[in-house]
Amino acid sequence: MSFNDPYAVYVLSSYGATALILGWLLFATLGANTRARRALEEEE
Amino acid sequence: MACPKTYQQGSTVKIMFIHVPAAMLAINTYALMAVASIIGLIRRHHVSFLVAKAAAPIGAAFTLVALITGAVWGQPMWGTWWVWDARLTAVLIMFFFYLGYMALWSAIDEPEKAQDLSAVVCLVGVIFAFLSRYAVQFWATLHQGSSLSIESGQRIDDTFRMPLYLCMIGFYLFFIALLLVRARTEIRLRRAQALRRREVPA
Repeated sequence: MSFNDPYAVYVLSSYGATALILGWLLFATLGANTRARRALEEEE
Repeated sequence: MACPKTYQQGSTVKIMFIHVPAAMLAINTYALMAVASIIGLIRRHHVSFLVAKAAAPIGAAFTLVALITGAVWGQPMWGTWWVWDARLTAVLIMFFFYLGYMALWSAIDEPEKAQDLSAVVCLVGVIFAFLSRYAVQFWATLHQGSSLSIESGQRIDDTFRMPLYLCMIGFYLFFIALLLVRARTEIRLRRAQALRRREVPA
């Protein structure tokens, strides 16, 4: 796919949006897991 | 990205490699939540409720991906970002059920009550997960039928089918990894909450 492709912007924006959403999900998941582990350690 | 263009869709066919797995996972995650909720309601098993709770943000994220990539794919191919087509509308309502389910869990402090009410909300929304999957078979809609179907045989060339399978495997592995981490998080939080309550009797 070249940047002269009329559909390049659609394909790249789809992949970009997906990477952002799934990246945020991964980041939020790992962050929540770390916080939960600390909370449990404090209680124990 | 090395996949060839199609003569009708050009390079937009590459959106299929994220749109289809994301849509499949959006529906299957809801089905998983519904099964976990039923098990939780019948067997009163806390981990079932927590698995459903852990799956909800993942399912919501995949639904959002499916909606966004579908809109971006629809614009050049259908000439519109959105239509109130049966499948699209069902997926949008399913997305709202994901949000409502998560909001309900957050809104109720008492875990026993939150898990029961959110499980009921989840079960009410099952109809939209079902329609998201089968709407294209019930009604003649703008959205095309299933590209991958056991009943109708092979409808997509191997040039596109194999990378699609590869992407589906990748998405499913990502989903399983996230679900395991999130389920462990929820179990830890529930345990910490139980310990806190034991220390400070009401």
